[in-house]
Amino acid sequence: MDVDPERKRKFWAYSILGLMIITSLWYYHLNPLYMYLVAYLWFGFTYGILMQYGRFCFASAWRDLIAIGVTRMFIGILIALATFSLVLAVLATKQMSTFHPGPLGPNELIGGLLFGIGMTLAGGCASGTLYKTGEGNGTSWLALFGIVFSQAIFVDYGGFFDTFLTGYAFKEPLITLSQYFPNLGPFKYVVGNSIINVIIPVIILIVLAYYIVARKGIMRRLMESKTASADGGVPKPTIGDDMKGIWLMITASKRTAIAGILLGIVSGIHVFTIQSLRYRDGINNFGQILWHLGFVNQVSSLHTVFDPGYWYITTQEAQFGAWVMEHLGINMRNNIFYGTMNGIPAPWHNPPLLMSIGIILGAATIALMNNEFKLKMPNRELAVWGLLGGIFMGIGARLAFGCNIGAFYIRVAGGDPGGWLFFAGMGAGALGGVKMFNWWTNRKLASDLADFDIDL
Amino acid sequence: MKFKKKDEHTYELDVKGYVCPHPQLYTMKTLQKIKSGDVLEVIFDNPTSEESISALIEKDGHKVLEHTRNGVNFYYKIQKA
Repeated sequence: MDVDPERKRKFWAYSILGLMIITSLWYYHLNPLYMYLVAYLWFGFTYGILMQYGRFCFASAWRDLIAIGVTRMFIGILIALATFSLVLAVLATKQMSTFHPGPLGPNELIGGLLFGIGMTLAGGCASGTLYKTGEGNGTSWLALFGIVFSQAIFVDYGGFFDTFLTGYAFKEPLITLSQYFPNLGPFKYVVGNSIINVIIPVIILIVLAYYIVARKGIMRRLMESKTASADGGVPKPTIGDDMKGIWLMITASKRTAIAGILLGIVSGIHVFTIQSLRYRDGINNFGQILWHLGFVNQVSSLHTVFDPGYWYITTQEAQFGAWVMEHLGINMRNNIFYGTMNGIPAPWHNPPLLMSIGIILGAATIALMNNEFKLKMPNRELAVWGLLGGIFMGIGARLAFGCNIGAFYIRVAGGDPGGWLFFAGMGAGALGGVKMFNWWTNRKLASDLADFDIDL
Repeated sequence: MKFKKKDEHTYELDVKGYVCPHPQLYTMKTLQKIKSGDVLEVIFDNPTSEESISALIEKDGHKVLEHTRNGVNFYYKIQKA
């Protein structure tokens, strides 16, 4: 008997939703303190839905801007960033922010550069890789594999990362711009962290993207419509036309713009929820709960686990890699990253890892509902790009203490200028990746189009 | 990636199975290579590429003759400006 494909897809989508609900109830049944884990899981699910809906990928932001001159995603992430920064600044005034800045130094730039190359090769950033994994994209599975295990090996092997932390990174300054405006009282967060660190740079970047990339095409269309209505003569663009052009650029992809605003708001609600749960439970890190419940071998020597309190991607994936490798008999705790800082919790006790799983499930759910889910096994070419890209992203993320989310989106929104260094590095890396892809696609097209009457 | 000439002025680019950035990159490069007025049919199954290809067409002023979806496959028929 043939099963209606639409019914089949919806069956799987509702099954995932059912699994999410049953898992949440099971956690509550085990211990009400586990609602902390459930919160992370559901925020991940929401991020996954929004990213898949908005095709929200930071790799696409730089890559499409550079490679094909499309500003859609670049603008989308700037919208999300501006929205989130405002929400986060308001939360900070109420002592409801979980944000903490990261070490500020050139490692952000170098990490961003490696990460930018990797995301271009893999066809998705760290968060994009998760939502595309949920779409059934096999290349992203390999990229994820690369991110997970390159990090785990990089922080554990040879003692380099320990030396990097103690000899360099721990000595770097921790800065949020609000600290330079103590006289402004609670308004220092809005002025320093949001307006100066985010809103003004976002406006500058939007204007630059318009004038350097988008204006030519938009103005051509605007002038064509003007010519049609005018009585002859060549119309000249006015300031009003440019204002209209910028607006057209921002709203060119409504679903990306909507997803950007919603992601900014949800990221803020996430921070608020985790901080509220911390106040409720009298903790500042989930490791304290695990220690209290007797899971002493899952936490670090400081009784902590990685628990950022906001959207994050790569560190929990590094923990998962370590958890797997530990089960293969490798000692993963004789280093600062796992042993002292982050611990190696079991996946079901790892709050941000549940968020990552939630992203995959959320993306899979909406992709199934919209008939965009497809299991796609990569060919050899894509498999190499995916794996290589994942390895670059993993190493880049460790050097920069995060990925496109943890080292850029969260840091910049929280008022930490170090995130902009990572963003610049990402852009430079994407430029390198695009140049490499241009060479590769030209080479392929030259052979595939050789039999046709086309100038090559 | 499969490329074929369907008739004198119509080409088909099949990038099913490919992920970002390949579909949008191949589309852009093929459009650069064919003649003005020629038609390119693009078939792909990477949802993210739809928005990028759509923006690319609009930016460069090409004409969309047909834009459909068949299940998880996306189809664009584009006339080069």
